[in-house]
Amino acid sequence: MSTDTAAAPAAIDESRSDYSGAPRRSIASRIVSKVGGGVVQVVLILVAVIWLVPTLGLFVASLRSQQDDNSSGWWHVFTAPSQLTFKAYGDLLAKPDFVDSFWNTVLIAVPATLLVVGIASLAAYAFAWLEFPGRDWLFLIVVALLVVPVQVGLIPVAKLYGWIGIFGSIPSVVAFHVAFGLPFAIFLLRNFFAGIPRDLLEAARMDGGKEWTIFIKVIFPLGGPAIASLGIFQFLWVWNDMLVSLVFANTSSQPMTKWLQSQMRQFTGNIDILAPGAFVSLVVPLVVFFAFQRYFVQGVLAGSVK
Amino acid sequence: MTAITEEMASPQDGGEAGTPPDEGSGRLGPPSWLALGFLLPALLLLGALVVYPIIYTAIRSLFDATGKKMVGLDNYTAIFTDHDSLTAVRNTAIWVVVAPTVVTILGLLFAVLTERIRWSTAFKMVVFMPMAVSFLASGVIFRLVYEQDPSMGVANAVVTSVHDTFDGGSRYPGASVRDGDKSPDVAQAGAVTTRTPVQAGQTALLPLVGVKPENLPKKPTPAKAPQAAAGGISGLVWFDFTKGGGGTLNSPDATEAGLGGMKVQAVSASGKVVGSTTTKDDGSFLIKKLPAGAYTLKLPKDNFTAAYGGVDWLGSTLITPAIIASYLWVWAGFAMVLIAAGLAAIPRDALEAARVDGATEWQVFRRVTIPLLAPVLTVVFVTLLIYALKVFDLVFIIGGGDPNASVLAMRMWTESFGGGNNQGAGSAVAILLFLLVVPAMLFNLRRFRQENR
Repeated sequence: MSTDTAAAPAAIDESRSDYSGAPRRSIASRIVSKVGGGVVQVVLILVAVIWLVPTLGLFVASLRSQQDDNSSGWWHVFTAPSQLTFKAYGDLLAKPDFVDSFWNTVLIAVPATLLVVGIASLAAYAFAWLEFPGRDWLFLIVVALLVVPVQVGLIPVAKLYGWIGIFGSIPSVVAFHVAFGLPFAIFLLRNFFAGIPRDLLEAARMDGGKEWTIFIKVIFPLGGPAIASLGIFQFLWVWNDMLVSLVFANTSSQPMTKWLQSQMRQFTGNIDILAPGAFVSLVVPLVVFFAFQRYFVQGVLAGSVK
Repeated sequence: MTAITEEMASPQDGGEAGTPPDEGSGRLGPPSWLALGFLLPALLLLGALVVYPIIYTAIRSLFDATGKKMVGLDNYTAIFTDHDSLTAVRNTAIWVVVAPTVVTILGLLFAVLTERIRWSTAFKMVVFMPMAVSFLASGVIFRLVYEQDPSMGVANAVVTSVHDTFDGGSRYPGASVRDGDKSPDVAQAGAVTTRTPVQAGQTALLPLVGVKPENLPKKPTPAKAPQAAAGGISGLVWFDFTKGGGGTLNSPDATEAGLGGMKVQAVSASGKVVGSTTTKDDGSFLIKKLPAGAYTLKLPKDNFTAAYGGVDWLGSTLITPAIIASYLWVWAGFAMVLIAAGLAAIPRDALEAARVDGATEWQVFRRVTIPLLAPVLTVVFVTLLIYALKVFDLVFIIGGGDPNASVLAMRMWTESFGGGNNQGAGSAVAILLFLLVVPAMLFNLRRFRQENR
């Protein structure tokens, strides 16, 4: 996880400033800024600790025995070191329904991501580079759909699925995610594709390239960074979703989030399942986050600032 | 083709950035029916699973639970009259006002402060990381943080240790007087007082029972009746209990332990506290310099109150703020990264010019940085507003279905799927949510049209 830190700074650290480079400072103001700097350091260290402790707590709790977790908080591990063990993870991975839910999560998140990327790139290309009547209006509708809450879709789509007979299946969950992921995806990609130099497309068209070939050979490769951002975003969104699967998935198609939710009833008694379970569910997103941080941050920036 | 592929490899430096074709300029463009082919999958999915459902839900919200009887706007009025729904409306209002504001301010603060440290990259990673984690996992994490028992939940562990540092905590929770009228002291509203007034210059005995073993002194000093002192009241507070039986009731024995650290007050006949002290390790005390007269000796209540148990985070009053705090934890990084990018885009000249003109750092921040950042701050705020409006997972996991924590998104789920079984009412809540995001929708549309003008 930490191997990527060398590449990471460039991604997240776009805001180095040169406050310190201000010319002609009096000694007094330098002293003030030194002391102020110390305060800032302390405050930010404190903030960083506050941000780390909850996750650390979950991780330590997942490594302690159930008896320990039920009798004392995880930080007692520092004062009264007891046996840390991966037993809870072993027990969890021995539960077939948890393992199934893990694979269900993969089977939902991967297709939902690929489909959104594929379908949205096609549409975004049309919005950016093809001429057709009503294009601007149609795109405004897509922009409007960006903020539609999934809640308005749940009841009718559940009815629709029941009618077609796919309610509770993995494809039904995937389709819902794809549909509600599309507005953002089309918006993001269209903005990126529109920035591709016009000459490239004109030249390709002049050479007699078919639109489909241009899309595959010119647009898709050039859209790489935006597609990567979108893919990561969509993947995390679907992987982390709980509401959609609560409604559309059943016990054989449920992802980890739904399975874990069903274990929440007895929070304290089930901590030996919940702590490692939550940790397993967040390991994949964290790996994705650290591995593709640059794209992730770009996606955040593109999605809101653009 | 080779020329094209070469150019393709470096789109950024080749030629000026193109703009999307305007009307009438697509000489080489393909026929417009082709566009339909590219759009078809997206349009089908959006139409069937997003647009049609909005219409369906809007109509469904006008019908009752069975879906057969039209009830007009009854489902909507129910949202604002039903007790649980009203709580959800109130909580959503709190969410929408508090969460985006605090997160934006925090993000701004972090973004500005990280410019002054060397390890800003590490800091940003730490704060941004929760964005990648699911709300479910965040919920589990914070359920653990908010555990009531201070020995289990880290929030209460911190709160109680801070509290005890300043307040000392009570030494003898649960200790009290022996029942019956033989004992020289009596319980009175949580405190212990002498049964009869004591004259200055006399001694007083205050036997107690019910001291928990863990609160007894590690090396007990045998209880011994104190000497009388002129012009003051001396006395003894001790644990009037001999292990295994024996000892004289209501008088100190060598087998019994004195209780140190106990607060003692002398109260005059008019009810005024005229002197106070704390018992020594052997349980003896001496209140000096008392004018002649009768006094009631009192061991105030705070000697005996139960240990401070921390804050009831997930109780009915604090649960929404507690969940909002977990939302801050998740979203602060988002705000910080966006605002930091905005800060980086501010022209340094503007800041330098202000500084050269003699502006203080604060003035530069207030008069130059903030106005230049305003567009970014607005975008961050609106995005957070939308997410605060739709918040579901955190409330569901941390609140565990507690109606006191409920919000509209939660209510929609409970009404239609989580036991309410009334899709008419659920639809009404969904449409209300939809109507609430419409201003944000218009904001997006306006921004988009401005940028593409």
